[in-house]
Amino acid sequence: MEFMKNGKRIDDRLPKELRPIKFEVGALQRADGSCYVEHGGNKIMAAVYGPRAVHPRHLQQANRAIIRYRYNMASFSVEERRRPGPDRRSIEISKVSREAIDPVIIKEFYPRSTIDIFVEILQADAGTRSAGINAASVALADAGVPMRGLISSCAVGKVDDTVVLDLVKEEDNYGQADMPIAMDVRTGEVTLLQMDGHLTLDEFEQALELGKIGCASIADMQREALIQKYRGEEDE
Amino acid sequence: MKNQEKVDKTIVVPGDLLSEDAAKAAEGTYVENGKVYSLIYGLADEREKVRVIPLSGKYLPATGDVVVGMVSDVSFSNWKVDINSPYEALMHISEYPRRIESSEMAKIMGVGDLAIFKVIDVDPSMKIELAPREGQLRVLRSGRVVEVSYTKVPRVIGRAGSMISLLKSKLDVNIFVGKNGRIWINGKVEDEDLAVKIIKRIEQEAHTSGLTDRITKLLEEEKHGVHEKR
Repeated sequence: MEFMKNGKRIDDRLPKELRPIKFEVGALQRADGSCYVEHGGNKIMAAVYGPRAVHPRHLQQANRAIIRYRYNMASFSVEERRRPGPDRRSIEISKVSREAIDPVIIKEFYPRSTIDIFVEILQADAGTRSAGINAASVALADAGVPMRGLISSCAVGKVDDTVVLDLVKEEDNYGQADMPIAMDVRTGEVTLLQMDGHLTLDEFEQALELGKIGCASIADMQREALIQKYRGEEDE
Repeated sequence: MKNQEKVDKTIVVPGDLLSEDAAKAAEGTYVENGKVYSLIYGLADEREKVRVIPLSGKYLPATGDVVVGMVSDVSFSNWKVDINSPYEALMHISEYPRRIESSEMAKIMGVGDLAIFKVIDVDPSMKIELAPREGQLRVLRSGRVVEVSYTKVPRVIGRAGSMISLLKSKLDVNIFVGKNGRIWINGKVEDEDLAVKIIKRIEQEAHTSGLTDRITKLLEEEKHGVHEKR
């Protein structure tokens, strides 16, 4: 498969260009915090509940809140129907996503409680874990959870020997490498870094730098979306 | 029309730099390498210190808070009380003004009853102890209770109680605002209805300025509406 034509990608983007992204803060009424995100072809809803009492009780920690993160793909989110419920892949993504967000949350403020994060993938088009983390981070802020910063995430990869930002499905499936990154842009602390495929050391360093730039743009969008929630109400 | 209702304070998100001076850090902020950053999503209020006023979140009780609680369970020696917080609160039988038997507890205050409590102790593991407010247990048997986010309570009360006295004077209702965002309203049904409506409006527009003026106007309009219907 040919991915690069005249320096452009299959969806007409430049190698270092993100897909169009839209955040909607507070999309759900019942949740304490929520965020709907469209990231290229991805459509994702994130909901945050808590801090609230922990059930089952044996999971509770005496001195801090616990964080639970559930990443789930809807059965209709991909071309071929996906069997509902957790599978090996979604359990792994839930774990790494939780660990990507966990370091910025101030858990000591809420002993014996839980903060539950639900990320539902309604439509998938590569980079769902990254988009899910972005949405979850905004939803946490919307819920009023104390955090040291927002976590931003995006994927980088390699297609036709070119390092590219924010892969689409074809690039992810048939490309040479895919590497999701999550980080706190202000401190530069990287909280998630996975890689599938092969990159040389040089390419890896290039990809990491590109990923950081991508995360920085996403961080600006997250911030803007949160600020817009209250500005928007004023215009009514 | 005043369409220029501006947010009088800046909206900030977690991790936003607020000040280079660590000594200015107040609630809703944290200090890292001598700089002050926002800990929450809210409104930054910078005076001699810089604090961030939350826009959302859960109520965490502090000693001395007066709250509206609902009894969720009656055990051998304690009333378990839901105070609209992640943590359940307890009122011990000995806090009741006179000596009573365990068997009498449910009669005095049963499951589902609402009352005004004072938080007398919060320990580091968030065990919360309550007592009746002002030594006398007041179970709320009339009126109604509405819930708003605890973050909006200061706006419902207003500067030095201005908003709440405005409501009380114009509406002829008794209003008690709990720190936990539960508000007890007691009066004539129409007045209660209107009070609920106004309070919901205050909650919605809590982050805008010139709120008291708009509420005064709204009250006047609504009041006339009510009288015409009669």
